[in-house]
Amino acid sequence: MTLLKPYNEGMTSPAIETKSLKKEFNGKTAVRDLTLTVERGEVFGFLGPNGAGKTTSVKMLLGLVIPGGGEGRLLGYPLGDPRPRQKVGFLPEHFRFHEWLTAAEFLRLHAELYSIPAARQRAHIPELLEMVGLTSYANQKLRTFSKGMLQRIGLAQALLNDPDLVILDEPTSGLDPVGRRLVRDIIRGLRERGAAVFLNSHLLSEVEITCDRVAFIKHGEVLQVNRLQTLVQGELSVQMRVRALRAEAMAGLARWGQNLRADGEAITLTLQDEAALPEIARYLIEQGAEVYALTPQKLALEDLFIKIVGTDGGL
Amino acid sequence: MAVFVIARLSFLEASRRWILWAALILGVAFLAIYAIGFNEIRKDTERSISNAIASSETYNFLMMAGLYVVNFLTVMMTVLSSVDAISGEIASGVIHTLLSKPVRRWQVILGKWLGFEMMLSLYLFLMAGGVIAVTYWLSKYHSPNLWNGLGLMWLNTALLLSITFLGGTVLSTIANGVLAFGLYGIAFIGGWIEQFGSFFQNQNAINIGILCSLLIPSEAIWRRASYEMQSALASAMGGFANPFSLGATPSQAMIVYAVLYTLTTLGLAVRKFSQRDL
Repeated sequence: MTLLKPYNEGMTSPAIETKSLKKEFNGKTAVRDLTLTVERGEVFGFLGPNGAGKTTSVKMLLGLVIPGGGEGRLLGYPLGDPRPRQKVGFLPEHFRFHEWLTAAEFLRLHAELYSIPAARQRAHIPELLEMVGLTSYANQKLRTFSKGMLQRIGLAQALLNDPDLVILDEPTSGLDPVGRRLVRDIIRGLRERGAAVFLNSHLLSEVEITCDRVAFIKHGEVLQVNRLQTLVQGELSVQMRVRALRAEAMAGLARWGQNLRADGEAITLTLQDEAALPEIARYLIEQGAEVYALTPQKLALEDLFIKIVGTDGGL
Repeated sequence: MAVFVIARLSFLEASRRWILWAALILGVAFLAIYAIGFNEIRKDTERSISNAIASSETYNFLMMAGLYVVNFLTVMMTVLSSVDAISGEIASGVIHTLLSKPVRRWQVILGKWLGFEMMLSLYLFLMAGGVIAVTYWLSKYHSPNLWNGLGLMWLNTALLLSITFLGGTVLSTIANGVLAFGLYGIAFIGGWIEQFGSFFQNQNAINIGILCSLLIPSEAIWRRASYEMQSALASAMGGFANPFSLGATPSQAMIVYAVLYTLTTLGLAVRKFSQRDL
């Protein structure tokens, strides 16, 4: 039985499609139900506490771990088929490489595994080394590299084949702020040229800045998939500091939102729509109140993460 | 194509990690000692033995002793160099970057196998070729069926390499090494039991030896190699003058078995590796 719908002719397949993927290790469930779709050209964040099954999920996508059930497709090919990997780049979590190779040799090796022609390698490898800031270390052995340098060379390796899909497993864990900005720029560049990025990270601030959509995973199950833009816009909280506001005028604020709370001068209200802000300002002034502050606050991804995943860390 | 990229990588690894160089430097020392020792004994032999057949017996014995050591060193080299070739890369995660490329798992196993086999062949042919060349250079003696003998010694590397590869796909590095040397130990003692059994015509002992050879035919391959290269006199005496193959010569069928054993083991390594989670 096929779980995934077949494609119509001329249709471009999504970058990743999975339906009810499962995996157990020695009777212990690592992934219970992985069902998600990542479209081409989108940056997709994959969030969850430690041990939620994120790395196992990534490994199933790449054919490193054989699923125990369910179905999935990578760039339109069934999971485990090596052909789509021609257009996939991958940076593994621990970025352990053949440390007796030099940086340039390492990139050449992986370019050869992608069957990239020698002329293209000669042009592209120096460009990639430049991009990740390792040009002057090209002939140095990876053994001598710091964690951040290894992560950078790993990133270059993931971009050798001008991929249509890049899977990054914790790409900024070893990087300093400059390195993190580099990763953000690379991700933006990939999106601009229509590539999809699957970002497995628990650095929520990174995800917040770069991702179009996020999936929350806990106990090996996708709990929610949200569009970050609408999600952040939809849940807007406004904090006001107002003096001389009559009680009935205060109650009148409820028409713009929910959870109206007052604590002395401070009033908070959760809005449905940002467009309500100027209307609230006008209303307060018309009611003769003295407005000292009117501050909209977007719900941070961290709050959302804790709201969806819970505070127990999934343990 | 990917097979050759990975084969070259494995060969490069042996050279970069000084496995090959350490082995070759000590190999040169071994050959130098062999040459000096051989020359001393040759001088004595020429003084005391006028019979050409008798002196060639001495030269053959020395050469076979040299090749016996080369065989042992090659076995060690095969197991020690390849024991972490697969399990090591799985444990460290190096394999993840490799296999996220458009590469099939059998290509990784076959490529690595070829890379190691290239390195081991180079080692074996330099060492065994060195012993044979030194012998010929100092005494103008060369034994019969040299190529058959060398071919069989090569088969031994292929056999043991396939065993450590199969072990590497299912076991940790340490467990794999213990398994490979444990099997080699069984083959070794089985070979001697078979030879003594043959000498005393004890069928039970012979059967134990054959059983051990079926479990792992590495020692049987060496005894067949030494039989191929033994002196004319030893052959005339049914092998009883050859201490490396005392009468109990493994049959052609055992060699065919060893070839099939090697291919099956390598095939199983590919299969196990393709089925496992990384």
